[in-house]
Amino acid sequence: MSEAWVYTVIYAAWLVGAACFVLGLHFMNSPASARFGNRLSAGGMVVAVVFTLVFVLYNGISAVGLSIIVVGFVIGGGLGLYLARSVAMTAMPQLVSLFNAVGGGAAALVAIDDYVRVANVGEDVFSTAIFVVLGAVIGSVTFTGSLIAGGKLQGLIAGRPIPVPGGRSTTGLLALVALAGLVLLVLGASGGVVALDPTAKIVVLFVVVLAALVFGVTMVLPIGGADMPVVISLLNAATGTAAAMAGFVIDNPVLIISGALVGASGGILTKLMADAMNRSVANIIAGGFGGGEGTVAATTAEGGQVREISADDAAIQLAYAQSVIVVPGYGLAVAQAQHAVRELAEQLESRGVDVKYAIHPVAGRMPGHMNVLLAEANVPYPALREMEEINPEFERADVALVVGANDVTNPAARRPGTPVSGMPILDVDKAKSIVVIKRSMGRGYAGIDNELYTNPKTGMLFADAKEGLASLTAAVKAL
Amino acid sequence: MSQDLLTAITIFVLAILVGFEVISKVPATLHTPLMSGANSIHGIVLVGGILIAAAADNPLSYLLAFVAIVFGGANVVGGYVVTDRMLQMFRRKPAAPKGGGAAGTTPGAGA
Repeated sequence: MSEAWVYTVIYAAWLVGAACFVLGLHFMNSPASARFGNRLSAGGMVVAVVFTLVFVLYNGISAVGLSIIVVGFVIGGGLGLYLARSVAMTAMPQLVSLFNAVGGGAAALVAIDDYVRVANVGEDVFSTAIFVVLGAVIGSVTFTGSLIAGGKLQGLIAGRPIPVPGGRSTTGLLALVALAGLVLLVLGASGGVVALDPTAKIVVLFVVVLAALVFGVTMVLPIGGADMPVVISLLNAATGTAAAMAGFVIDNPVLIISGALVGASGGILTKLMADAMNRSVANIIAGGFGGGEGTVAATTAEGGQVREISADDAAIQLAYAQSVIVVPGYGLAVAQAQHAVRELAEQLESRGVDVKYAIHPVAGRMPGHMNVLLAEANVPYPALREMEEINPEFERADVALVVGANDVTNPAARRPGTPVSGMPILDVDKAKSIVVIKRSMGRGYAGIDNELYTNPKTGMLFADAKEGLASLTAAVKAL
Repeated sequence: MSQDLLTAITIFVLAILVGFEVISKVPATLHTPLMSGANSIHGIVLVGGILIAAAADNPLSYLLAFVAIVFGGANVVGGYVVTDRMLQMFRRKPAAPKGGGAAGTTPGAGA
């Protein structure tokens, strides 16, 4: 077989892989075909990877090179498999963030490694320099940024915004370092106007990478935990872009196509998430939201206007209602109460109560996270209603049962001047009566009191989401 | 600029447009699995890792390639498995066998 012929076959395999990615995303349109879509995408990945392996074997590879590939893949893949299998559904967002971090890291390393090779033989043309620096910088930023974001969600790092010494000037300085490095490497590219020896170029690149790694940390630290989903989504898009840049560096079409796909999808998703919170992406990245300090509460928890309700009373309200809307929030996810809420709903449905679930776009920790959790508990997805669809139904609902949701139900969002102002909310306060299951009067991520709790129609059932739901289920059964 | 580079940039731009077109049709319900699925797709850098490992000829390159492959492998395998785990839960349950006027859960309403 001629060399050109082999390359044609490999190229075709890469194209098949890329096509599978596009079609796979397309099939994720609907819950019914989404799983097939993901498997199609995985199949495309297997094709692309296996044919790449055949390609390097055909071209001849050193024993060291081959063992690096095999051992590296077994370690990395094994670790990924273990984590993906063992993680609790509630910890999903931070795991995605971790996978995103290593993906960004890998893209940066591919770009850096190839540059080290071409710089040593003097083949680093100016376009290579541009893509290397872009790939290395974006990949490095997503690596540390995603680690910090995951750490915040996991609780390893405080969720509140952490100010960085020097604030924006530090971030600006780091960006300037990266930019200066880019200019230097482009001017110093082979045949360029500045003469740089290969070692100097590699040192410059490592300085740039270091600046980017620190930039990732200083970018995410000042952002509050509530905004982490948007940040992770943005970093996901960035990793895609980094992979595409790495593709330009090593001149590989499948990396360019896949990276661009992910960059575009992540970009759209980021915008959708930011829209759901009625904030701009720039505003989120600027940070500082959700501090809790300095925000003036409209009503205080200690004001004595909160009405506590017993599980038995709440059970009577629920059992004799015609229509109940459940509003699940992060508290439900944390308490792993998705099965408990389904049991209660089944009890109520057996008594003829119509039960629906109102899902805020950012309920849980990522858009659609709550749907995943409830689906895990076998809640039929037609019962899950999105915000625009369910909001007009609240005024007809006899009881709205809020389980561990806070900011997304705060009527204060409807008027200006509060940290949640303008955020789309579920119109829970329009229901005929409201039962809130909550552990304490603690504040949500926005750091303000929820006016819903002091509404005269609201009864507060102070309990952990799981225990509260279990006692309600028991009380309904006993009726 | 070389013809190769121009072609690569063309592919890049068109792929971005395809990405916008395909993604914008996905319902919010599936956004988390989508993010996770897109996350596994950029694990394609594993291919890049394999190619640089094959071209590596010095200790520094070997080290960088090794870490890139560990990272890329974790991204690919973990990403697809965790996405599959999420989507596995999106199976449609037969309507609750309790009956009793649960009009809101009519199968087919959400598809």
